[in-house]
Amino acid sequence: MTAAVMPLAAGELAAFGKDPWWIILIKAVAITVFLLVFTIFNVWFERRVVARMQHRVGPNVHGKFGLLQSLADGIKLSLKETIKPKGVDTILYVLAPIISAAMAFVAFSVIPLGPEVSIFGHRTPLQLTDLPVGVLFVLAAASLGIYGIVLGGWSSGSTYPLLGGLRSSAQMISYEVAMGLALVAVFLYSGSMSTSEIVGAQAGGSAVDIFGVTLQLPSWYGVVLLPSFLIYMIAMVGETNRAPFDLPEAEGELVAGFMTEYSSMKYLLFFLAEYVNMVTVSALATTMFLGGWRAPWPISLWAGANEGWWPLLWFLGKVLVFLFVFIWLRGTLPRMRYDQFMRLGWKILIPVALVWTVFVATARATLSAGYQRQFFFGIGAVVIVVLLLSFVYDAVAARREKAEEVEREEADQVEFDPFAGGYPVPPMPGQKVPGLEPAAVAVAAASAGAGSADSSGGAGAEGAGQQADSGEERGRG
Amino acid sequence: MSTVRVLFVLLGAVAVGSALLVVTTRQIVHAALWLVVTLGALAGCFLLLTAEFVAWVQVLIYVGAVVVLLLFALMLTRAPTRPDPAARTPNAWFAAVVAAAVAGVLVTTLVAGFSGAVIDLDRAEIGGARVTGGAVFSTWVLPFEVLSVLLLAALVGAIVLSRRDVPNRPRDAEAARDTEPARDADDRERSSS
Amino acid sequence: MNGMAQPDNASYYATYTTVLTVILVGVAFAAAAFGANRLLRPTRPTREKLLTYESGVDPVGEGWAQTHVRYYVFAYLYVVFAVDAIYLFPWATVFAAPGFGWVTLVEMFVFLGFIAVGLLYAWRKGVLTWT
Repeated sequence: MTAAVMPLAAGELAAFGKDPWWIILIKAVAITVFLLVFTIFNVWFERRVVARMQHRVGPNVHGKFGLLQSLADGIKLSLKETIKPKGVDTILYVLAPIISAAMAFVAFSVIPLGPEVSIFGHRTPLQLTDLPVGVLFVLAAASLGIYGIVLGGWSSGSTYPLLGGLRSSAQMISYEVAMGLALVAVFLYSGSMSTSEIVGAQAGGSAVDIFGVTLQLPSWYGVVLLPSFLIYMIAMVGETNRAPFDLPEAEGELVAGFMTEYSSMKYLLFFLAEYVNMVTVSALATTMFLGGWRAPWPISLWAGANEGWWPLLWFLGKVLVFLFVFIWLRGTLPRMRYDQFMRLGWKILIPVALVWTVFVATARATLSAGYQRQFFFGIGAVVIVVLLLSFVYDAVAARREKAEEVEREEADQVEFDPFAGGYPVPPMPGQKVPGLEPAAVAVAAASAGAGSADSSGGAGAEGAGQQADSGEERGRG
Repeated sequence: MSTVRVLFVLLGAVAVGSALLVVTTRQIVHAALWLVVTLGALAGCFLLLTAEFVAWVQVLIYVGAVVVLLLFALMLTRAPTRPDPAARTPNAWFAAVVAAAVAGVLVTTLVAGFSGAVIDLDRAEIGGARVTGGAVFSTWVLPFEVLSVLLLAALVGAIVLSRRDVPNRPRDAEAARDTEPARDADDRERSSS
Repeated sequence: MNGMAQPDNASYYATYTTVLTVILVGVAFAAAAFGANRLLRPTRPTREKLLTYESGVDPVGEGWAQTHVRYYVFAYLYVVFAVDAIYLFPWATVFAAPGFGWVTLVEMFVFLGFIAVGLLYAWRKGVLTWT
């Protein structure tokens, strides 16, 4: 059976591995330089866009539009004194940021940036190298990147970095699973794990015959496999530790997470790794779901859109859209709590990804076997059954909710012990604080006694706020 | 392909050398990291033998997942940041004998099974995803299905071992400490519905 | 197993030589950066500067490191699902090839069924809830 598929793969990838050494070197250096410059640009871009969202101006002094600001910051940072605190494990302490940055760079080497172009008269694809298992290579590089974080946290010999490193690695492994599962549907459609073949597979849409009407399917997997795309988008934000999933860097809890004890060049490398990782996951998303370097619809009508150096522009444009989404999320959403974050990953993303994969596989099998009509009837039947079940579930859940509400009202009478376990603790939701009236009365009392001492009024308002919070909590539960 | 051969021998030496360091180092976290080097070198060997899918799986699963699991387990010990005096025990000699015996059995099995096999690296089929998938889903289906049962059993075991520290609902934890039977009743009620 | 002429494996090794080149360029970049940093940065260590950061309080003892078992459970779940994903990948690539199809589909669904039972068990036992 491999005879049927292997020659195709060999033919597709034959263009690679034939480059002379100087072309390879040029491409490797070019990608490194590109990622560095792009990172400098991204830092500026992020600061300007976030400033815009917050009605500020952002950096605007150095260079046109402040473009040189992040370059200046980078140079300043790399010239800072290196502080190596007591108790660090020197070798691992130095190795950790290098691993982090190197893995972010290496993953980019299999991303196709364009079709064959001519460099100094030599025709070569705009992609450093292509592997038949390219996507697996990217995932493997990402999982090695976790070591940079674990080791950075551990080798610092300090509490905050250790906790930050553990948190961060637990977060990344949770979302890497969702990321991998989201990609399975793409492999199912393209039948390949090579990035360039996946881009090629998105070149033209296939036609589907539904009840005698021929429909031209869109060619981007981001449209055809929308749930996969959404899961991947969420997972990529979690994987790069960006807001709203930037828990490893939660300043209020962990100072700066695993990089608390880092300074100067080593800190810069972690910083660089974070931004390059953002670019890498965005580039992978572009490749897997948005047709890679191929021109988007209105431009693709122009015949020369997918030739020469133009595709590089389309590719960069798509990556920039993803980067804008990253920044937009940061400007919009508050940071999630760790338990919410884990719940999202393990209870929503992974099960949904698994079910979706099963669905796509079944759909592929039935459709390719020529059972279109049966397939759509099957979907209809499943949807109806699920709807019915959800109605029944809702009815049962509502009844149980009412019963639990009554029960909880009784449980609310639990007395609050301000020194439970020997430490002063805040009241838990549902615990009654002695000496404080229910919210409405407390507010009324506070406003009525506005003339009295400030301290008591403040305490009353605060207590009211707490009561309101716990009420909300109850409503959600 | 003599370069490949030289690299293969070098990587093999790295794998064996770092494996020895795994069992001799006093810092338990360093031991885990030497294990990373061993497994990475092994992945390099697979890569040289044109089994690229297996090589990257080796990196993703063993280096990326299993050793991370090991590191998390090490962090559960009391002091993973210092050299552990308990890392050296009088049982070391016995352990060495057992290890040598296991290695002997494995090497004998391999030599008996594959001593005549020769891979022509110039012409060998490249073990990409399709080739590996073809082999797994046409020839080796039973081991693949058995593996899922093994994973399930190990997962259940890990959960049972750690369950006492993980109460069912955070909000119940406080109440459960005082009224343990009440929580059990709650559990039963929810699992029956 | 393959009846046609095999592709010469020189390009396979060349591809990975390229990957190695990228890694070497990366190492060279890191080395240059560290070298330049070493030449240009000031070095004035003081006792206070080299203390471990503890939010302004002088650190006592060593970094407390013993962690909670919940991290271990999640790492274990990760291993299970990474193995799961690793089998899904080649399955997805051969699935549409001739000679596979329904049987392969059912084989994978059985596998996924066992994994799903594991996830459901973890869910019911409350392991997936971070406490």
